[in-house]
Amino acid sequence: MPRLNINGQTHEVDVDPDTPLLWVLRDGLGLTGTKFGCGIAQCGACTVHIDGVATRSCSVPVSAAEGTQITTIEGLPENGGLHPVQKAWIAHDVPQCGYCQSGMIMAVAALLKDKPQPTDAEIDAAITNICRCGTYARIRAAIHTAAQA
Amino acid sequence: MTYMPQISRRFFLTTAAAAGGGLALGFHLPGAIAPAEAAAGPAEVNAWVVIQPDDAVIIRVARSEMGQGITTSLPMLVAEELQCDWSKVRPEFASPEENLRRKRAWGDMSTGGSRSVRGSQEYLRKAGAAAREMLIAAAAAQWNAPAAECQAAKSVITHKPSGRSLRFGEVAEAAAKLQPPAETKLKDPKDWTLLGTPQKRFDTADKVTGKPIFGIDVRVPNMLYAAIVQCPVFGGSPKSFDETKIRGLKGVRQVVPLPNAVAVVADSWWQAKQAVDALPVTWDEGQNGKVSSTSIAEFLRGGLTAPEAAVVRKDGDVNAALATAAKRVEAEYGAPFLAHATMEPQNCTAHVTPDKVEIWVPTQSGEAALAAAAAAAEVGPEKVVVHKTMLGGGFGRRGAVQDYVHQAVLVAKAVGQPVKLLWTREEDIRHDFYRPVAMAKFTAGLDAAGMPVAWRVRVTGPSILANLFPQRLTNGVDQSFANGFTDEMAYEVPNYEVAYAMRATHVPVSFWRSVNHSQNGYFRECFVDEMAHAAGQDPYQYRRKLLSKDPVRLAVLDAAAQKAGWDGPAAAPGISRGIALVEAYGSLCAQVAEASVDDKGAVRVHRVVAALDTGHVVNPEILRAQAESAIVYGLTAALYGAITIENGRVQQGNFDDYEMLRLAEMPVVETVLVPSGGFWGGGGEPGVPPLAPALCNAIFAVTGKRVRSLPLKDQDLKPA
Repeated sequence: MPRLNINGQTHEVDVDPDTPLLWVLRDGLGLTGTKFGCGIAQCGACTVHIDGVATRSCSVPVSAAEGTQITTIEGLPENGGLHPVQKAWIAHDVPQCGYCQSGMIMAVAALLKDKPQPTDAEIDAAITNICRCGTYARIRAAIHTAAQA
Repeated sequence: MTYMPQISRRFFLTTAAAAGGGLALGFHLPGAIAPAEAAAGPAEVNAWVVIQPDDAVIIRVARSEMGQGITTSLPMLVAEELQCDWSKVRPEFASPEENLRRKRAWGDMSTGGSRSVRGSQEYLRKAGAAAREMLIAAAAAQWNAPAAECQAAKSVITHKPSGRSLRFGEVAEAAAKLQPPAETKLKDPKDWTLLGTPQKRFDTADKVTGKPIFGIDVRVPNMLYAAIVQCPVFGGSPKSFDETKIRGLKGVRQVVPLPNAVAVVADSWWQAKQAVDALPVTWDEGQNGKVSSTSIAEFLRGGLTAPEAAVVRKDGDVNAALATAAKRVEAEYGAPFLAHATMEPQNCTAHVTPDKVEIWVPTQSGEAALAAAAAAAEVGPEKVVVHKTMLGGGFGRRGAVQDYVHQAVLVAKAVGQPVKLLWTREEDIRHDFYRPVAMAKFTAGLDAAGMPVAWRVRVTGPSILANLFPQRLTNGVDQSFANGFTDEMAYEVPNYEVAYAMRATHVPVSFWRSVNHSQNGYFRECFVDEMAHAAGQDPYQYRRKLLSKDPVRLAVLDAAAQKAGWDGPAAAPGISRGIALVEAYGSLCAQVAEASVDDKGAVRVHRVVAALDTGHVVNPEILRAQAESAIVYGLTAALYGAITIENGRVQQGNFDDYEMLRLAEMPVVETVLVPSGGFWGGGGEPGVPPLAPALCNAIFAVTGKRVRSLPLKDQDLKPA
């Protein structure tokens, strides 16, 4: 039975080993903050951190996630408070429908860990998630705000 | 042979029936925005306003939240007149079944047509004013003082002569027992203190922390999951399926045939999806299995010249004016089917018991969802409970058509347990109700000065109203197909005629953000550019001449041109500007796009300036966000959007072949709000239609190539 470390807790999950991590999170463990958008790693709504790397969980079999540290949007807040990216998102009122924003925030949190002061070109290259409401301009502004935090 | 579409059946039609009945609800979404409590008790001052003893003000929201910000903007309309402390306000969704039970106390709950603010602002402001007067009356009675000596501000009522005061929370219970005033006087807009201010959205915190607020997040006890495969050809149905092939697969519970689909129910959605993928299904494809985009285009092209066409506007004598015109300009334009592609795929959770049908659904119309559930379960509407959730995008997909509700209820009824039906992205793209394919043919006659003296417009394509709401046709004609060419065409052209030749396709069509304005705005504003070019005139100045007697439109056009620096030099070599102006949903929007085309023919949009006149503005930050959103929606469609048909079915299936704009392609967007007051226009849609023509006009300016068909990815824009 696959064992997963998610947000610092160990879970044994009774699923087929090729079940995508996304569905284990959502349906198996009730961590529904991670969203389903496309199922083919195109949109990034399902982005989580695997060992700190932004990863599209719809396309990772649960067997490949064993032995890693997985962080979801529910585990992102630090020291009981919101993560700087979440705070910047609130400051800019980034979300519209909000459906893609968990994945966006996870992708941005990983980017800022890697590159604390990203240039616009680095943001363009790293943040390839889809937002159908078109919040991109506010996302870019909020990334720069979070980088100053 | 050419295969033309055959229309054999209608799709799930639902209109909310007005009827009594309905009951309390128990499911609460976590987070800030909970559904309304049934029978909220003595603190309910009126249907819209509930005030608790601790002064918390709950303002009911009847429309659906799909990102457009109504959970914040609609309460602002109430609160402005209520004179409450805005920091004490929280929104709460009114429930559809309560609305039925209370004789539609919350009015129309459907959310579309950029209607939420403009369609409800008057009764919301009146509700706030009435509640304020009742609170004042209750305080005055307690003081035994005339109400005229009292005033309310920031949730406190003050008796001016004595200086005594009472908080709203202290008098709400007494106020709730009073008769509402027969008439209320609304504030003069110049006295507004809340409306027009950039208040923060109420729904942001939940949306940045991953709270389970969407339909897809719903979890109810003993819930099973369903995946679905629908007949790839619209109008077809399952003929047979071989259940033995998936028997014994882990977690699989049941196969449920539906009128146009087969669903598999399992313990988890992934198991259901794997099983439905493995299930062999034979389809009866009906008569449309050979229809293609090519045959549809040929069918529509016939509509461009067909003698049978409904004249929907006629000024003067086009033929006579054309005969004497100094110059003729002619062109044909086309636009493809488009899918909505909401980020949250279609879904609905349903539980059907002998006494009750309960659904949890992201819907733009709680009442239409209720009616769809009642119809599917074959029960009266009073048996249905609808839990509206947040929508992961709507754009028109989740309004008039509630097909996923219908399916979920049928599946849940067959299974006898709660079931969450969730479509894959592929089902979502291939089983949408699409923005209609359309074509237009223009003939214009210019006088010696280059101004149009005659303009003939012919549009053709499938009618949304004929497909979904035939009762709304006028003498069998869908006037709305020509939106943007009829009442909303304000350019001065003395001889002008518009006709529509309806061409119904088997591909179902419905409302897509800005609806028929989305293609007609493109057709019209590009052709106006063609006229300007034929006249040898600047396209901005040409439009100014055509609007010389229309100061309201001129102001919007000028605002966009000035902000963009229209008369100034280009931002960089190789970048050109294009302009467009569209009136839609009661608002005016002008846009200037700055674009370049590289040596491979790839388009880059650098900047879009939008000027928007919605009359009044409720929340300028939310309105700006809507303008940005509309520009991205329009730009995505202009660059990439095309649903094509082969063998009767949609060829695209996911974001790899139905592409979306991404952050790296996002232009700088500058929005100028130019509210001229005196009217209430829509906010969500008017920004969509001007984008494509402004962009294509910029592309013409930079390449000399006129783009008469979208999307741009299919056009050859390589320099010669």
